[in-house]
Amino acid sequence: MTTLRDLKTPAKNTWCPGCGNFGILMGFKGALAQLGIERDQVVLVSGIGCHGKIVNYVNVNGFHGIHGRVLPLATGIKLANPNLTVVGFAGDADCYDEGWGHFSHAIRRNIDITLVVHDNMVLGLTTGQTTATSQEGFKTKSTPFGSIPPPLNPMAHALVSNGTFVARGFAGDMRHLTGLITEALKHRGFAFVDVFQPCVTFNYLNTYDWFRERVYKLEEEDHDVTDKGKALEKAFEWGDRIPIGVFYREERPVYRDGLPHVAEMPLVKQKVEDVDITVLMGDFT
Amino acid sequence: MIVNRISVMIGGEAGAGITRSGFLFAKACLRGGLHVFGTNDYQSLIRGGHNFYVARVDAEEIYSQANTIDLLLALNKETVLLHKNGLVLGGGIVYDGEEVSVSDEELGRDDLKLYSVPLKRVVKELEGPLIMRNTVALGAAVSLVDYDLESLSGVMKDVFKPKVAELNIKAAKIGYDYVRDHYAGDFEFQLKRTSSAEKRWMFLTGNEAMGLGAIRAGCKFYAAYPMTPATPLLHFMAPLDRKYGMIVIQVESEIAAINMVAGASFAGVRAMTATSGGGFCLMSEGLGMTGMTETPAVIMLAQRPGPSTGLPTYSGQGDLRFAIHASQGEFPKVVIAPGDVEECFYKTMEAFNLAEKFQIPAILITDKYLVESHGAAELFDQKRIGIDRGPLLTKDEYVGDEEYKRHKFTENGVSPRAMPGMTRAIVRTSADEHDERGYTTDDPQLTTEMFDKRFKKLDALVRELRNYETTKSFGPAKADATILGWGSTKGPIREAMKLLSKEGLNVNYLQIVYLYPFPSADVQGILKSARKTVAVENNKTSQLSSLIREHCLMSVDHTILKYDGRPFGPRELVQKIKRVL
Repeated sequence: MTTLRDLKTPAKNTWCPGCGNFGILMGFKGALAQLGIERDQVVLVSGIGCHGKIVNYVNVNGFHGIHGRVLPLATGIKLANPNLTVVGFAGDADCYDEGWGHFSHAIRRNIDITLVVHDNMVLGLTTGQTTATSQEGFKTKSTPFGSIPPPLNPMAHALVSNGTFVARGFAGDMRHLTGLITEALKHRGFAFVDVFQPCVTFNYLNTYDWFRERVYKLEEEDHDVTDKGKALEKAFEWGDRIPIGVFYREERPVYRDGLPHVAEMPLVKQKVEDVDITVLMGDFT
Repeated sequence: MIVNRISVMIGGEAGAGITRSGFLFAKACLRGGLHVFGTNDYQSLIRGGHNFYVARVDAEEIYSQANTIDLLLALNKETVLLHKNGLVLGGGIVYDGEEVSVSDEELGRDDLKLYSVPLKRVVKELEGPLIMRNTVALGAAVSLVDYDLESLSGVMKDVFKPKVAELNIKAAKIGYDYVRDHYAGDFEFQLKRTSSAEKRWMFLTGNEAMGLGAIRAGCKFYAAYPMTPATPLLHFMAPLDRKYGMIVIQVESEIAAINMVAGASFAGVRAMTATSGGGFCLMSEGLGMTGMTETPAVIMLAQRPGPSTGLPTYSGQGDLRFAIHASQGEFPKVVIAPGDVEECFYKTMEAFNLAEKFQIPAILITDKYLVESHGAAELFDQKRIGIDRGPLLTKDEYVGDEEYKRHKFTENGVSPRAMPGMTRAIVRTSADEHDERGYTTDDPQLTTEMFDKRFKKLDALVRELRNYETTKSFGPAKADATILGWGSTKGPIREAMKLLSKEGLNVNYLQIVYLYPFPSADVQGILKSARKTVAVENNKTSQLSSLIREHCLMSVDHTILKYDGRPFGPRELVQKIKRVL
């Protein structure tokens, strides 16, 4: 049985005091402990950015990859060994800027992994520039006159990419977030959780207070999580009221279900030695 | 009468089944105990344009296409006009005289034998698809050279579905009979089955040989994005996934491919990807990550001429330095250049072993000419190269006095590799510099130690490669000149050597198979005793020469370079070699 204590690592945490990442870290650890998943059966994959350091702070298997490539890396691990619980952590720039090309593809494949995006709407580790989810007019070092385009809508994109579990959390509400991550880990298929994660150093606009004033919980308003049209409507809700919680969920075959030949025998268990190619060679004679 | 030596070209528009036809002819000859080689030339388009395939047949062993064409099967007039000067004196042209006219005036020569065969009419009468014209032409060709129609029919039965085969066999027979009735005994070139007809040979491309090597090596995960000329490897692997317990996946980009390969490999599976230069550019960052995280990976880079998109369906060797230096920073890797279909098989198997044994990326560098040409090979010896997975921990549970450390310091730098999921082992790695347990670090001393650890693996790899055939020598020990080459130039060079020796010229050849780590001692030894050295490469700047200068502190005397996208022809090479002798 995994306890919070087991998940602790000796690494020194270097996130800014008050960083929204702490909420995500605690939420993830809490979910693992709640589900009792053995830590040696979990693989944490992270990208580059403040979020990426999470690999140092959870004592599970981990692959700290390069910027933007959390999803293909996690996909490769899961396809090779489906018995592992594979969880990807990415930043908004990591996933929605640099790695955007992988987002819809991983979702539409319905790879059986969880993706948690630390969405603080700013680049933190590079000391404050705009990202794909920065608000219109958001002033940063790279956009001194304000960000010109409107932000990208990850929730809507996840839904139209045929996402089977689409949710949003808030790092300032740890209990709620822990619940969301727990649900995501339990989901069979691609579980996507975008998390509002205030950056206390570089995002002067989207602060804890800014979010607290706006977020409300979908489950408290009788939202039907099986209604995709409604979910899409909620995905576009932005302004005074911003929804968090599960937007949409459905059961759909995962990518692996299309590969019946490896259903019983995952790739890691396949025999590498003595593969006989006599018949194949015969085809060329 | 010239017996058992012919070069047959079939040409026409894209989509006319050119490569397939040439392949069928060559394979029919191979089954008759003859030696064959086949290569194609096509443009980057799907319909129209001009494609051709050259099938060369000989009683002796051959390694490349010939210099000239003896028989041209022209499916359109353009083929005649484009290749009329490539035909030997007294060569033949099979064409459809009811569709196009061909005259001596247009040809500008009157020595050629013109064989009009009603290709289109035959197909129409059979109510077959127009593409079948090439089969009628094949039947005509078999008849002209007085070869055995049964061999051709047999190959078609193996290649086509029964109904299609039946129709094609009919079409070939009509072409065959037409020529027998109209042109019997007219053509100078003849093919006869030989006594070695019973021997089983394979006829396959470099791509196919590498696919066989990967499967035999236990590759279980193959991810790729289509890119000529590596795409056929994806096509080869995809239908075999069910039979060989693999996952073959076409992904959104080469970036995804290399990262998925890294993920699968981290999880403990032998994994591979393949691409060409442009895709390899996209893979570069991921390649560096496999180096940093000590994750084994096999990457096949099939070159075509650049820069940028260059000539997307042609061949080149301009990416050698790129393959060796790709990605930022310094990390050990291995770069291997097979030179023929047989090496494509065995070197792929070696690549998988070295990647896992030293936990490094292994790059197989090839080119369009090698991976898309058909070569003949005896059945590969499945026992020649065993499976060596290095220090991979395969038990279900980790047993050790101390905590498992993915990047543990060891004598040769290679750390025992646990697969995530192993009980009691936490497997952690990072593209950031890290400590033995995979935790991020920026400590100067630890950074130095980790660098040294990774480079100890390079030293170990160099020692390991002493037992490998990193170079191969051909020809006499003492020669007037020593040719240096790597990769697909092997075929044309060996052909040129045959021609030179017939002229009494003494040349030997050093094929460099392992380009990184560079086999300095071997190359130096040969260069020291060489009278004159000539580097032969399909690039502009003679990258091999620069590697030799770098690693052996020696200059190559002459370079013969070709960078028009086409492989060297043996005669062309002979002339260029003679100029520097």
